[in-house]
Amino acid sequence: MTLAATTVPTFSPTHRLQWEESQQKYVILYPEGMVELSESAAEILKLCDGTRAFPEIVTELEQKFETDGLTDDVREFLEIALDNGWIKDRPHH
Amino acid sequence: MAGSKTAPITNPRWLLAELTYRCPLQCPYCSNPLDFAEHLNELGTDEWLRVLSEARAMGAVQLGFSGGEPLTRGDLTTLVRHARALGYYSNLITSGYGLSEEKIVELRTAGLDHIQVSIQAPEKTLNDQLAGTESFENKKQVARLVKKHGYPMVLCVVIHRRNIHQMREILEMAIELQADYLELANTQYYGWAHLNREQLLPTREQFEQAEAIAQEYKKALQGKMKIYYVVPDYYEDRPKACMNGWGTTFLTIAPDGMALPCHAARELPDLRCPNVRDMSIRDIWLHSEAFNAFRGDEWMQEPCRSCPEKAKDFGGCRCQAYLMTGDTRRTDPVCGLSPDRHLIDRIISAAGQSEARPLTFRNVRNSKALVPPH
Ligand code: SF4
Ligand code: SF4
Repeated sequence: MTLAATTVPTFSPTHRLQWEESQQKYVILYPEGMVELSESAAEILKLCDGTRAFPEIVTELEQKFETDGLTDDVREFLEIALDNGWIKDRPHH
Repeated sequence: MAGSKTAPITNPRWLLAELTYRCPLQCPYCSNPLDFAEHLNELGTDEWLRVLSEARAMGAVQLGFSGGEPLTRGDLTTLVRHARALGYYSNLITSGYGLSEEKIVELRTAGLDHIQVSIQAPEKTLNDQLAGTESFENKKQVARLVKKHGYPMVLCVVIHRRNIHQMREILEMAIELQADYLELANTQYYGWAHLNREQLLPTREQFEQAEAIAQEYKKALQGKMKIYYVVPDYYEDRPKACMNGWGTTFLTIAPDGMALPCHAARELPDLRCPNVRDMSIRDIWLHSEAFNAFRGDEWMQEPCRSCPEKAKDFGGCRCQAYLMTGDTRRTDPVCGLSPDRHLIDRIISAAGQSEARPLTFRNVRNSKALVPPH
């Protein structure tokens, strides 16, 4: 799936994003399954709360990590997340 | 202890809480042990609360409430609430039979994450016949209510010779019910399924036709419905990576508190599985003889011991090795490299040749008749 600039990625209500103390990482939980997340993946998903459009997520991450040029990496990950159903593609109205 | 000392012990990730062996249905492929009627001395609420806390502290995060029928436990909501507070992702694995809308809402409020409803067949006659109880319409209604109340809906259908020809109808039923996930679980032959294997094992031809249909839908439904297709391992050339490795990931607690490295392990002789009534989950996981019995690879025999694939499949399933060869340490006979593969081939070539014997249904009466109490 491809991502539009107007897309507001929203974490799926039927999945759960959670910090796991014993694994020292964030995980996504869903029926009978679990995905362990890298630090950067977790940082992106935490911003998918339905209030930010895709470019805003990029800007916020770039500010947070004092860097630029994250657009492609974030896009790539969000497309994977969409395909896996971790986030929903909710266009801005 | 026979387990390899070199590999560090990993933490459990999955806890399967088999709350009870009571069940209103009588599925002839049930994976419960044949002698379940001897183990009806269930853990109490406080004991389960402690089990949940201790396993969570060890790192378990996925939690399955199963059985038997977990809905027969009056304290299910209490357990779900505790599980949610601990941070588990809770799965209710149910036949759906007798699940009211009120209960669905109550469990949701308590923090249940998902309900898996199992349906025996895509039509009333066969469903009710396999379940040993009239339940088809009720189950479909439950599936709709699960969806209505915001749970991800997982439909599970166990596949065998009596329903494998209905693969297309099963998939259409899942679409009609708007399932988010569909588990097409080819029967695994343990417990009651092993007892009824002659009547349940599909022929290779049936299996191949059904798989082609399932794959066709899987492609067409991509992004809409996730289809988990559990292969029947008899028709494979390599064994399944059973339990993701013994004592690495999965912890099952049986209704009477017995801790099992795999839910079929009760059938293994001399394993001396520990009980949560006597030991903490921590001691069970780290130090019990049973959980260390097949850790690592030191216990293996040839051809597994020197096989490059042993890190991938761990030599297959211990219960299957035992059921087929009488030796828990042998290579899973499903493996094409096993000297016992002919045992599986013989069973396969006999598949479909014997319709005459009736199915033995899973109920207390049959359990007692099969395994008279000692
Ligand atoms: S498989 Fe059937 S009989 Fe066995 S516990 Fe499940 S619903 Fe009950
Ligand atoms: S010989 Fe053993 S380890 Fe090798 S593929 Fe077969 S079961 Fe797996």
